[in-house]
Amino acid sequence: MSATSSTIVNLPDQRTATLPKKNYINAEDGMLSWLLTGDHKRIAILYLISITFFFFLGGIFAGLIRLELLTPQPDLVASDTYNKLFSMHGIIMVFLFLVPSVPATIGNFLIPIMIGAKDLAFPKINLLSWYLYMAGGLFTLAALVLGGVDTGWTFTTPLSTHYLNTHVVTAGLGVFIIGFSSIFTGLNFIVTIHRMRAPGMTWFRLPLFVWSNYAASILMVLGTPVLAITLVLVVLERTIHIGVFDPTLGGDPLLFQHLFWFYSHPAVYIMILPGMGVISEVISTFSRKRVFGYSAVAFSSVAIALFGFFVWAHHMFIMGVSNYSALVFSLLTMLVAVPSAIKTFNWAFTMQKGSITFETPMMYAFGFLGLFTIGGMTGVFLGALGMDIHLTETYFIVAHFHFVMVGGMLMAFLAGVHFWWPKMTGRMYPEALSKLAAVTTFIGFNLTFLPQFILGYLGMPRRYHSYPPEFQVLNVLSTAGATVLGIGYMLPLIYLAWSLKYGAIAGNNPWQATGLEWQIQSPPLTENFLETPVIDYEAYDYEWLAHKTEHEVTTVG
Amino acid sequence: MSSEHHDPANITNPEHADHHIVGPKTYAIIFVTLLTFTGITVAAAFVDLGILNPIIALAIASTKAVIVILFFMHVFYQSKLIKLTVASGFFTFLVLITMTLSDYMSRAWGLW
Amino acid sequence: MDNAIAVAHDTHAEEHHHVALPQHRHHFETEQQQREAGTFGMWLFLLTEIMFFGGLFFAYLLYRNWYNPAFVAASNQLSIPLGTVNTGVLISSGFFMALGVWAAEVRKKGLLVIFLILTTLSGLVFLGVKYFEYKEKWEKHHIPGANFDISEFVNPPINPKTHKPIEQPLAPDMAQKTQVFFSLYFAMTGMHALHMIIGIVLLGWLTWRAQKGEFSSGYVAPIENFGLYWHFVDIVWIFLFPLLYLINRHPGS
Repeated sequence: MSATSSTIVNLPDQRTATLPKKNYINAEDGMLSWLLTGDHKRIAILYLISITFFFFLGGIFAGLIRLELLTPQPDLVASDTYNKLFSMHGIIMVFLFLVPSVPATIGNFLIPIMIGAKDLAFPKINLLSWYLYMAGGLFTLAALVLGGVDTGWTFTTPLSTHYLNTHVVTAGLGVFIIGFSSIFTGLNFIVTIHRMRAPGMTWFRLPLFVWSNYAASILMVLGTPVLAITLVLVVLERTIHIGVFDPTLGGDPLLFQHLFWFYSHPAVYIMILPGMGVISEVISTFSRKRVFGYSAVAFSSVAIALFGFFVWAHHMFIMGVSNYSALVFSLLTMLVAVPSAIKTFNWAFTMQKGSITFETPMMYAFGFLGLFTIGGMTGVFLGALGMDIHLTETYFIVAHFHFVMVGGMLMAFLAGVHFWWPKMTGRMYPEALSKLAAVTTFIGFNLTFLPQFILGYLGMPRRYHSYPPEFQVLNVLSTAGATVLGIGYMLPLIYLAWSLKYGAIAGNNPWQATGLEWQIQSPPLTENFLETPVIDYEAYDYEWLAHKTEHEVTTVG
Repeated sequence: MSSEHHDPANITNPEHADHHIVGPKTYAIIFVTLLTFTGITVAAAFVDLGILNPIIALAIASTKAVIVILFFMHVFYQSKLIKLTVASGFFTFLVLITMTLSDYMSRAWGLW
Repeated sequence: MDNAIAVAHDTHAEEHHHVALPQHRHHFETEQQQREAGTFGMWLFLLTEIMFFGGLFFAYLLYRNWYNPAFVAASNQLSIPLGTVNTGVLISSGFFMALGVWAAEVRKKGLLVIFLILTTLSGLVFLGVKYFEYKEKWEKHHIPGANFDISEFVNPPINPKTHKPIEQPLAPDMAQKTQVFFSLYFAMTGMHALHMIIGIVLLGWLTWRAQKGEFSSGYVAPIENFGLYWHFVDIVWIFLFPLLYLINRHPGS
């Protein structure tokens, strides 16, 4: 145990500590050994590098958007260009960053280890998943370089099918391919979690991170194909004019909306559920306490996945759906908020009477709790029909989804990266800098997006690059916040890279956390465990951990 | 040894369910049944049964599909996990169809 | 023994021979676990296919209801004999595929190869008939687009025996909606045919491997799982046939 009580970090003696001689990073050498790997950990690192690239690309577009919105006049870019900016920002951030963020990086790395397996069920499909991601990313980059797409990330018809001559087909095909990357990741996770748990690793002994990814994987497998067929139909409509969404040929644009949102609503749960899984792990570790109401959190993950399929038309309230439909979907939307709320209460009760310390992952987790709650609650406001009529397509919506996706999901992703960074790399990042980055991100985020709630409430429409001058102050605040936020995101890029060479050696379990991943070396061996672990204890069993010696805990591998 | 690792939450019982080898006789019966149903559905299309025509056509097609799934695809002999998986696929499909349909129907009472 | 995570035990030695097949992957403990994981994985992929085709089926459902007279008239342009034959051919291919799985399970290499070839041939016959049907649509100018010809729907030919039009004539705007039917016809059968083509290519590869004996020594998973895919494509056609060909064939109504 560490001598000071303000941190639980317990590192080996840095004078003598070294990285383990054999680990998955040095197991094989050469570019090809990485590009043709079947090792889930290496694939996770490949993904981490790729999504970081796309995150910063999407961030550049965000910067340009906020720059334009500094002034009420449309003076930085032309209207069409502005449309392209927010479209590319959305497409890249949703499909190339948020959807794969936790599952493809942290999930790929950890799920086999957390359940006591040597790898995922289908390693080759896992690698294929990454190549599909890269191919889809390339198509998206191609669309960008060729001139961009300006339909919004939502590809609304008949705008996308008939009234634009931008690169809708290229972008649509790119998203189609990325969709299959997502499907294969989810498929792999489901089979792995069902069939490859170690002896004694019963469903209710699994870490909650595994439950969350399992629920997200169900959504990936069942929801994404509907997006795939929708995009195929858009491409067919643009190229050979089949008329399925074209009113002049007898088609219905609302059909597109139904099919598109049937995926895109579960997509937001695909994005947030793995993040919630991270938060369960982080809050438990840094409160030194088992997660309050384990079964409730586990079941609510699955409930979010199930109910998430029943609410998609709340994105369509003003598009011409029937009153009856709107009522039903509004009611169901209220219901889907309940499991998320259950989780939030459980996290709070986990912390109660726990022994809380404020390492960086915990700081991000705290940020998540507050910001996700605000984002989630504003979602409930939007689910109410009367409010939605006024708030939809305004900056209120923009603020709402950025609170849940950036204040929620991205913070959870950063919490996870920091939490498992020592496990993945064997090195610790510099704590002071990381705390600074966390605080900077939190301040920058609030400054960027809180004004947007007010802007939306006051009536500023979204996707407009000019606005009435009375909105300028709030927009300037928002852009200022975006600058701070950008700095907050660049800092981890720098110090995490720095830590790869100069960071402190982490040892097996710097956080003194429970979980199979903390009982093996950092970085892990290629085959994860020297012998198959047998589990005879519950998840988050800190008492069990306290009574074990260092040696007993690490003989697993 | 199994009692040590008994997991009451694992309701899908995937262990050792997949050993039954389905033989040619079973397949032949299914084959003939499928062809018969095909004939019936073609014949039924020529008879005016009003609103029942599409219902019968879909019912026959669904029956054929179920037989193919249960016997050609072995699901009858497989674990609960596989059965639940198949069911969940069709459930989600039905959610897509019915909930979207409910929007269209409620905008056009009497026309459906 | 239920609910135990698969680990090799001696108590089972009499029941199954735990001989390590050359295709055994190191991250699985037993053959059984690997085979079950493979089947489960294939079924999850088929779920994605259900949802993929589901979008098309919904579009069809919607427009068949909105433009019912056009759909009836357009559907009657399709040939029932050809459609029925094709349905029979696909059902036969499913039968042959199932027999192929059986042959692999009882380790009869020759029979397996024969059944795989029969499955492939049936698939090719199906595609041949479809090509013929598509060609006929091209010749009659029933491909949606600039060259689409609605004259047959506005002025249906007269039946020489009854001196009545063989179809209800449609008003021009409803006659235009027959294009919606044909768009969906080509989209749905085209997507189905694409899946068949992929299947036939895979069948070619599997037949070659089967001929080399890869699937007649206990390793049946690829044949089994391909069979699942093939049967699924068959099921899609089982629904497409009545929905597209048999909307309303009653004379005089």
